[in-house]
Amino acid sequence: MGELMIGLYVFVLAALAGREVITKVPPTLHTPLMSGANAISGIAIVGAIVVAGRADGTTQMVLGVAAITMATINVIGGFMVTDRMLSMFRKR
Amino acid sequence: MNADLLVELTYLLSAILFVVGLKQLQSPATARGGNALASFAMLLAIVATLVDTDILGWTGILVGVAIGGIVGGVAARKVEMTSMPEMVGVFNAFGGGASALVAVAEFLNLPSVGLSTAGVSMLLGTVIGGVTFSGSFIAFAKLKGILTGNPITFPGQDATNGLLVVGTLVLGAMILGVFGGQDPTTLFYAFCGISLLLGILLVIPIGGSDMPVVISLLNSYSGLAASAAGFVIGNMVLIIAGALVGASGLILTQLMCKGMNRSLANVVFGGFGGTAGIDRAQIGQRPVMRADAEAVAAELGYVNSVVVVPGYGLAVAQAQHELRKVGDLLEARGVDVKYAIHPVAGRMPGHMNVLLAEADVSYDKLYDLDEINDDFSRTDAVLIVGANDVVNPASRDPKSVIAGMPILDVDRARRVIVMKRSLSPGFAGIDNDLFYADNTLMFFGDAKDSMGDLVREIRELA
Repeated sequence: MGELMIGLYVFVLAALAGREVITKVPPTLHTPLMSGANAISGIAIVGAIVVAGRADGTTQMVLGVAAITMATINVIGGFMVTDRMLSMFRKR
Repeated sequence: MNADLLVELTYLLSAILFVVGLKQLQSPATARGGNALASFAMLLAIVATLVDTDILGWTGILVGVAIGGIVGGVAARKVEMTSMPEMVGVFNAFGGGASALVAVAEFLNLPSVGLSTAGVSMLLGTVIGGVTFSGSFIAFAKLKGILTGNPITFPGQDATNGLLVVGTLVLGAMILGVFGGQDPTTLFYAFCGISLLLGILLVIPIGGSDMPVVISLLNSYSGLAASAAGFVIGNMVLIIAGALVGASGLILTQLMCKGMNRSLANVVFGGFGGTAGIDRAQIGQRPVMRADAEAVAAELGYVNSVVVVPGYGLAVAQAQHELRKVGDLLEARGVDVKYAIHPVAGRMPGHMNVLLAEADVSYDKLYDLDEINDDFSRTDAVLIVGANDVVNPASRDPKSVIAGMPILDVDRARRVIVMKRSLSPGFAGIDNDLFYADNTLMFFGDAKDSMGDLVREIRELA
């Protein structure tokens, strides 16, 4: 099985797992869910590190650093704001 | 154990923790831990990548992380809870942008990649990431009021967009050398430009009130862009995390459309608010029963059960804290107080829950539409604050423009009190028979001031 097919299997199965897990999230947590999932999409930081880390020219360096900056905003901002929201959900 | 295997196992653990973290979002009690787990999974993936990559220069990486960390951290701390839709929009733009840049950098590194998995993934990452980036910023600008919330349209818009989509496909095929070889770098720059343009053009014709749906859809795209970047660099954790986000965004988009009883196509291609055949001059012309704060306090203070229905108007007036005081005072008098939340209350799904949680309302008092709808017939009084379409019984009329939209069945309660600025219609643009019903009292005013008055009057009750 080629690299592509393995990747596709992983993608489809992960999407199905995501669907199972996420449909059970109650409506009361949908905003934190959206912002938390949004933070996870900052996983692009992994790709950004690969690009910036092996950059040997100016263009690659600029693209890599810009990608890392954007992904970090997404990751740090996303997880922090989600935590801020969830910390307010209290039972009295 | 060799280092490569250790790195791979770390990625695997990271992927598992992302799923487990999301699973813990299934209950408010475990959700915060779930978010922490997901952020730990992210840290693991980053560490594994740092170990795995032969890093030539650390400076760029550290500069990027420092700037991004400060900007993201400050934004997350400062943002008002009412502005969450905008915040998610901006973060989403950056996530999509990062994925696009990874794909762009990989392509420029290897322009003659040709028709291959890597080549197709690079172009997909570029176009999806690009559309997410520019589209999310337009959505942000519309929510923030920098751009008009009204649909921006021009003649031949759909044809232009269609042409651009076809252009993207043709250009992509040319870049991958399907029509013979040439240096594809210039073509690729054009491809990037069209991707950004497409993001702008696809979002400007959509109305401001539909922006949360758009942001949710773009959130799904940013996941797909990350997955595409995963195919580009052959990294499974990127593919998995991207797929999870893609699924999450799509599910939330569907739920929002269901809450408004509209198809996704209807949202994306506009055409809502079709009030043809409705005489707008007739709206609000029938007599209503009015009540002032003193009368409302008496209606609420001496009964057994009250259900509060907060809507968009409450969020706009920032009256959630005053509303919570009303709830507290009623509870102190022995009244059973519940909050009924419509799926599209507030400015995005679940937004009202966050606003009420911020105002210190206990989360076990918040009920979804499905959980509470059967209770209304046994409820003494309903207090509706700044909501309209979501309580409009016209949705039960098959001829209505909102026919079939899920509503809270508040009209089945013994007494209904509607706190609202005026009798003006909601987004659907139609009148609401609830306002004129025999068991309804209209309590006019600004939500914040009115709730303040109500707090005072309830304290006056014997």
